[in-house]
Amino acid sequence: MAVEMLSYIEKNSPVHRLSGATKLIVFLLWSSAAMLTYDTRVLLFLFVISITIFWLSKVALRDVAFVLIFILIFLLLNNIAIYLFSPQEGVSIYGTSHVLFEIAGRYNVTLEQLFYQFNITLKYFVVIPAALLFIVTTHPSEFAASLNRIGVSYKIAYAVSLALRYIPDIQRDFRTISQAQQARGIDLSRNEKFFTRIKNAISIILPLILSSLDRIEVISNAMELRGFGKKKKRTWYSAKPFRRSDYITIFVSVIIFILSVIITFYDGSRFYNPFL
Amino acid sequence: MSRPIIRFKDFTFKYRSQKEPTLKNINLTIHEGEKVLIVGPSGSGKSTLAHCINGLVPFAYEGDITGSLTINNEETKELDIFSISKYVGTVLQDPDGQFIGLSVGEDIAFSLENDCVEQQEMKEQVVDISKLIDMENKLHASLHELSGGQKQRVSLGGVMVDDVDILLFDEPLANLDPATGKHAIELIHDIQQQMNKTVIIIEHRLEDVLHCPVDRVIVINDGEIVSDTTPDELLSSTVLESSNIREPLYVKALKYAGCQITPELRPSHIDTLKIDQCKEKVLAWYESSEQQKPIKKTAPILSMENVSFGYRDGESTIKNVSFSIDQGEIVSIVGKNGAGKSTLAKLICGFEKVDTGKIYYHDQEITNDTIHDRAEKIGIVMQNPNHMISKHMIFDEVSLGLVTRGVPEAEIKQRVEDTLKICGLYPFRNWPISALSFGQKKRVTIASILVLEPEVIILDEPTAGQDFKHYTEIMEFLLELNKRGITILMVTHDMHLMLEYTPRAIVIADGQIIADRSAVEVLTDHELVEQANLKETSLFTLALRAGIDEPIEFVNRFIAYDREVRKIWP
Repeated sequence: MAVEMLSYIEKNSPVHRLSGATKLIVFLLWSSAAMLTYDTRVLLFLFVISITIFWLSKVALRDVAFVLIFILIFLLLNNIAIYLFSPQEGVSIYGTSHVLFEIAGRYNVTLEQLFYQFNITLKYFVVIPAALLFIVTTHPSEFAASLNRIGVSYKIAYAVSLALRYIPDIQRDFRTISQAQQARGIDLSRNEKFFTRIKNAISIILPLILSSLDRIEVISNAMELRGFGKKKKRTWYSAKPFRRSDYITIFVSVIIFILSVIITFYDGSRFYNPFL
Repeated sequence: MSRPIIRFKDFTFKYRSQKEPTLKNINLTIHEGEKVLIVGPSGSGKSTLAHCINGLVPFAYEGDITGSLTINNEETKELDIFSISKYVGTVLQDPDGQFIGLSVGEDIAFSLENDCVEQQEMKEQVVDISKLIDMENKLHASLHELSGGQKQRVSLGGVMVDDVDILLFDEPLANLDPATGKHAIELIHDIQQQMNKTVIIIEHRLEDVLHCPVDRVIVINDGEIVSDTTPDELLSSTVLESSNIREPLYVKALKYAGCQITPELRPSHIDTLKIDQCKEKVLAWYESSEQQKPIKKTAPILSMENVSFGYRDGESTIKNVSFSIDQGEIVSIVGKNGAGKSTLAKLICGFEKVDTGKIYYHDQEITNDTIHDRAEKIGIVMQNPNHMISKHMIFDEVSLGLVTRGVPEAEIKQRVEDTLKICGLYPFRNWPISALSFGQKKRVTIASILVLEPEVIILDEPTAGQDFKHYTEIMEFLLELNKRGITILMVTHDMHLMLEYTPRAIVIADGQIIADRSAVEVLTDHELVEQANLKETSLFTLALRAGIDEPIEFVNRFIAYDREVRKIWP
């Protein structure tokens, strides 16, 4: 199942040994850099580092294959949509038009458009490894602690990590309920008409909500009975203390971030233009 | 007498959403170091009483309080839930639901984290506590890998880390298999003895808790304390019967035999019981009661042949299982938590597909039939009614299966009404389901399956969380269905249920059938009981101690007699 594929993968690697907070900070810097820049040189540089770190983490590609394919499909759709809605975007950005061939009306294929969409794709490829790594190399117990460390209130941090943790349980409930409903003839498969399927899905959602509410009541009572929310702060059993490697990693990524911003903006444009 | 630690004085509590108070005029004092059991039927207010002690009432569940409740001489309504949690540690009934951490160590540490204890110190304290609960080698284990008993230990550790004075157990036996339940009771006893804690146990399974000595038993019914005395005194009275709480079976047997139960007999445990004065009467009763006829064989209705199954490749949850159920039988499937009982039920209904082997219904192979096809022959009732109910009104819920099958409206109405009558729900047919009690909801789910007219019904823990009265109601109802020719299979942890209602039991351990014989034989076979985490029945021990040559037959006769007597119940 998709969510199980996005769960923590136990390995012994330099990436795993970093504290969760470090990985979160690096991830945030990394994605800001990738979002800000359209400079192909910067993107290529970030991409190479991303891939290298991914390789360092010893996470096998097939462990994250499902999610990766999902993102790639989304990326493809995104590219198609960009072309459909603005086929001349590249031309207006780079100011030249090298037409490769015409299709119809304003739809032609230009080198500029291809280059622009290549940059967009590259941005994805810079962020994907960083995002995946943060998720699969941070132990779930440490997740909330990391959020808290970068300044998120511990109540919110805990809510997020509990929500993530309950997804498998809720999936299990969903399965049980849908099996019970199928036995009574509620069909969710393709054999049924679309509208009926939607209606049938609702008859699974109501019991799912009720049983999830039960679950929430129990856990919130349990937490309150053990003093959750008593103080403004709390400590974390499984937080990893910052070590030298953490400081170095953060320092290096801040440098990379600053450099990439400088290179991107020094000539007044976020784009690198090879057509001039 | 030692110092009073909890004191209710003229205490009344009404939930904000309710008209009538749930607890009425409670006067109760619990002393330091005492071990107190609180029993009562569902809806009696015993859980509310527990919530008052741990502060969930009034801080999480709001309402109106009159009178006073003091813990350590402090008025609780003037404290807050966090201060109360420093005195009272609560172990909730469902260990899975109350785990907050992911690993053993993290969960034990939760309360320390909230107290801002530094990491180093926290780790040391967690190690200390884990030694106490015998889990020091499992600190890094994920909670999902633990057995039921280990989970209970961890949840105990999580509250003990606060060094509370009072330990409150809210239905600790509810989700445990019988042997694990027994260990849990022993663990609670050991901790109380070692640490001199005050222990309060809320349970309705009296016999199981009395496995270890208890200082006092408090009986609650309709929000009032109806008895507050020692177990020996209580068992000698008629309070239990009038409050719908099941007496220990051996006590019941002694009563049937005409013995006068007195505190001097020490009836609170089968081993302390002074049987000599009763021996003759028990023997005489045994001689006079009727011998039970063996049940006639009929044609097989459901059978499995060499079925194997695993949720993942290379893993097998069910290993080469074969059995056959005859038409009109009632059979229980028993065994440890995680032995594969529920999986077996899912395979029969087609929720999961077998890896190898075949399933037959009558003579017809149904191995590859879909869930939908099988549902008309074999119905399944889930343990949690909330997993099945998807409509607001009873009539709509019960008719759902027929509507989706395109049955004509007139016929639906007829069939639903007939089913509701059988299930005793006809008067409520236009009610919203949310207005029903848990037991009634369970009936609605049974009705919604029954309406499809299956010949076999499988029930997963049909009586979990039910008190004695509802238990008897549900089981008698199932028996009624059985007399109409429906074959019934039950997955259960309840040894009483198995003994009383299912002549035959299939015992599963590690995905294999290790026994398939009469329930009485299973529960009197010491080796089997050990292997499958079951619990021997106290009736058997009683028969042995009374010197009856055929103890198994004694158990048989008791069951038959008891059921006759209970049928006459109002």
